[in-house]
Amino acid sequence: MKSGLYYKTKKVTLNLIIHLLLLTVATTCILPLLWMISSSLKTQETIFKDMSIIPRVFHFENYYQAWIEGGFGRYFLNSIFYTVAVVIGIVFISSMAAYAFSRLRFPGRNVLFFIFMAAMMIPLQGSFVALYVLLNKLHLRNTALGYILCMINVGLSTSIFLLKTFFDKMPKELEDAARIDGCSKIGIWWHVALPLAKPVLAVVVILNALNVWNEFILALLIFDSRPLMPLQVALMTFQGEFVTRYPLLMAGLTIAALPIIILYLLMQKYIIKGVTQGAVVG
Amino acid sequence: MLKFKSFYSALLFVFILIIFSGCVSRQESGKSVITVWHWMTDREPAFKELSKRYEAKTGVKVSFELYVPSDAYSQKVRAAAQGANLPDIFGILGEKRDFSSFIKAGFILELTPYMDEDNAKWKNYFFAKALAVNEFNEGNSYDIKPGIYGVPIDIMTIQMVYNKALFKQLGLNPNRPPQTFAELLDIGKKIKAANLQGLVSGWGEIWMIDCLANNYAFNIMGKDKVIATIKGEVPYTDPDWIKVLSLFKDMQESGLLASGLVTMVNKTAEQLFANERAVFAFNGSWCVNVYKEMNPKLEYDAFLPPKVTDKYPMAIWGGAGSSFMVSGRSKNKEEAVKFLRWLTEAPQQAYLAEATNNLPANKESINKIPQVLANFARAMDSATHPRVWGVSEFSPVIEALDKGIQSIIIGEKTPEEVAGEVQRIKERELKKRR
Amino acid sequence: MKIKSALENYIFVLPAVLIFSIFYIIPFFSVLQLGFYDWDGILPTKIFIGLSNFKEIFSDRIWWQSLWQSGYITLIALTFQNALAFLLAWACDREIRMKNFYRVIFFIPPVLSEVVVGLVWQWILNGNYGILNHWLTHFGFANLTRNWLSDPNTALTMVAIVHCWKGFGWGFLLFLAGLQTIPRELYEAAHVDGANAWQSFKSVTIPMMISVVVLVAILTILGTMQVFVLIYTMTGGGPGYHTEVPVLRILASMRGSSRFGYACAQGITFGVILCMISFVQLIVSRKAKN
Repeated sequence: MKSGLYYKTKKVTLNLIIHLLLLTVATTCILPLLWMISSSLKTQETIFKDMSIIPRVFHFENYYQAWIEGGFGRYFLNSIFYTVAVVIGIVFISSMAAYAFSRLRFPGRNVLFFIFMAAMMIPLQGSFVALYVLLNKLHLRNTALGYILCMINVGLSTSIFLLKTFFDKMPKELEDAARIDGCSKIGIWWHVALPLAKPVLAVVVILNALNVWNEFILALLIFDSRPLMPLQVALMTFQGEFVTRYPLLMAGLTIAALPIIILYLLMQKYIIKGVTQGAVVG
Repeated sequence: MLKFKSFYSALLFVFILIIFSGCVSRQESGKSVITVWHWMTDREPAFKELSKRYEAKTGVKVSFELYVPSDAYSQKVRAAAQGANLPDIFGILGEKRDFSSFIKAGFILELTPYMDEDNAKWKNYFFAKALAVNEFNEGNSYDIKPGIYGVPIDIMTIQMVYNKALFKQLGLNPNRPPQTFAELLDIGKKIKAANLQGLVSGWGEIWMIDCLANNYAFNIMGKDKVIATIKGEVPYTDPDWIKVLSLFKDMQESGLLASGLVTMVNKTAEQLFANERAVFAFNGSWCVNVYKEMNPKLEYDAFLPPKVTDKYPMAIWGGAGSSFMVSGRSKNKEEAVKFLRWLTEAPQQAYLAEATNNLPANKESINKIPQVLANFARAMDSATHPRVWGVSEFSPVIEALDKGIQSIIIGEKTPEEVAGEVQRIKERELKKRR
Repeated sequence: MKIKSALENYIFVLPAVLIFSIFYIIPFFSVLQLGFYDWDGILPTKIFIGLSNFKEIFSDRIWWQSLWQSGYITLIALTFQNALAFLLAWACDREIRMKNFYRVIFFIPPVLSEVVVGLVWQWILNGNYGILNHWLTHFGFANLTRNWLSDPNTALTMVAIVHCWKGFGWGFLLFLAGLQTIPRELYEAAHVDGANAWQSFKSVTIPMMISVVVLVAILTILGTMQVFVLIYTMTGGGPGYHTEVPVLRILASMRGSSRFGYACAQGITFGVILCMISFVQLIVSRKAKN
């Protein structure tokens, strides 16, 4: 018979190992963040000379300078606007489609789904010129709407795939109950399926928000007027062809990372809590 | 449930609102008369200032639009050409062959008549070599009507620089850079013995290797043979080419090349040299500005890559750093040309040079520049550039040559193997074009 | 009635199909068409050359090398990255202190800009003053030190490891979401039946997680096969061709060589190959489920 002490030691050792692993990985994740922040407080001269994490002199003015010189105010609002618009669009459009692919029957369903999946595979790089010419013809070039629609399209396939996987996993009983209560299909999608899918919707939101937030090549291509450009374009100006102004770049990158981290903090609550709720209901 | 519903309805409402506001915000018709697209981040503030001065002087508004990084800029210009949305003035990044395609497609205005006006007054502003980059000569291989198609706004040369303090540390005369390749290799041995890092450069981005390889090709076999190789008359397996490739092996074996050079981007190289972590760098004249910002106390000087033989002169790359072209479809051609002429007049060129530490393209403005920069300017005498040769090597061949040199440096392939591979690709490309 | 129901169902997919056909299918067909042309991306004239571009791809040794290399990175991502993600998700699913802290921290790498990641890892892996070599020397493994990113033996693996490090946060997130859906009662029931930790992991966790594992696997394959920004900032595809990947090759044909038609053909070929891989994987996973 093994004693209680044995189990206790075993548990403590196991927890120790787990903590050690978690801490190691966590350290590798935090260090680059710290490096970025500390670099943002140095000067162009000291940034690669003084490698310490805590700078000798804190140059907080870098943040002010980056904000002003990069014209962040305008671009920041633009980026938030594009991100919100695209993410909302994707959440609605892809969740409807994914729900249909998962639950509803109609001719051509599998073919359509397969086409959407195939679209994830083909890299977009080659199609930029074609997209440009198309937007030009539709008079959507150099418009926010054109950019938003393009970005919705970019995130659509992956989001449908993610959502369908989780819809497939979800119990059907609640939907059946709602149908018996006389709820329409749209109503079921709206009142039953979407609330249940909150955790995966949160993942979709984070994934697409990050994607749009970091995008700049398409924006650069289709926008001629600077007032329409997103934040990343401003960040690019700190990395000149010859001179990179590292402290300003790092300050800018830190500012740009903040909204996404905040969004993640907001969303990850849904991922954890939402799932347990879903499980209880199921 | 009710709360949930209202939340989502609100989102839907916002979304629809956004879509419509997107339609409204379309109207953005610029009142500016001339639009310029460029990619030169470091010159943006100076351009803005100059455009203000121009407007004050003539009443013509010039709007400079910056698009970076340069790769994306290049894509944008090409896409805009397809959609017929090119601005009045723009720059083209890429090889001369791309430039010629833009001209053939009618996207670029020929500037020769303007240059030749008043006894070639405008033309005489410039260093001949700066203009040559934008010029097509009689009988060029691109089938372009001979003439000038772009306006150089600055010049550059690519040379070696060395750190004077580290030279002292190695027991070398800090005022005497190596004169011959053998001397350079000797210093390489000293660098290795002292456990220092030797040459840094952006050899992870392939064009800078291409540059040095070409410099030595000119030195070893002379310009005519290099051109003959590009034309396909001399194979890359020629002993002279193998000699060029072997130089890289020699450099590596002597200990001259810094560790990690083959995957180094130029910005890393600049950062290492500026922080006195490397004895040599192979870099363009723009580095003066970079080093000044990163380490104002750095003591260094520029010199031509040390020659291997006296048979032919050493050639370095140089010429127009950046150029502007006038759109062939612009409605403001005349105004655009006028503006470019004004931009390249001595006072404006001097201002640009001073504000951005670049070498001006205007001959008269070259006097008031720092000493290191002057050294770069003087090297213009030895300068050549692929864009003035009248023929272009196929990109796959350039890539194979440069990647091959990387393989030689890491000891993976011999110069002979690389020469053979490059020649195979050359023959494949030649066959395709016939 | 049936037709009306089907029509009603189409409404669900209509917005997606509409946006998709305009912004994806139309450009896709022009890319497909360009694959059959010799075009430099600038001239108004395009020369029809039939299947020549595709034939050239078949004999393009470097293209296939790049494909193989991205396959290697994908293999490492599938095993190492996903195992790490699963392990960490499993650890954070347990009743453990600071798990909320870890959940946030593990998502930092995906948020960080490639510029920062590239700079930091170059600083770690540098042959001359890098931290990794410093520690190796310190612990008596001086003979192992090297320039990790420009040594052809290690460059690709190092790039793969950095890629995994940057991407494991997504796998972690999805695995955590999946693990959280497993009802606690199942574990309790297994415990009552006398199952030890490993047995309950095998009989409860794995079956409940299969679909999430398949999802993560497919997303990993797609994400990794198409990786390029990170590699471009770290090695530029070098030394030689040792870290070239397909998307870098496509971009090289597009900008460096101005061979737009060839780039389009490469894109199409690449897409078809990815479709085949995913298709095979889907079939395999379906069989595994049954």
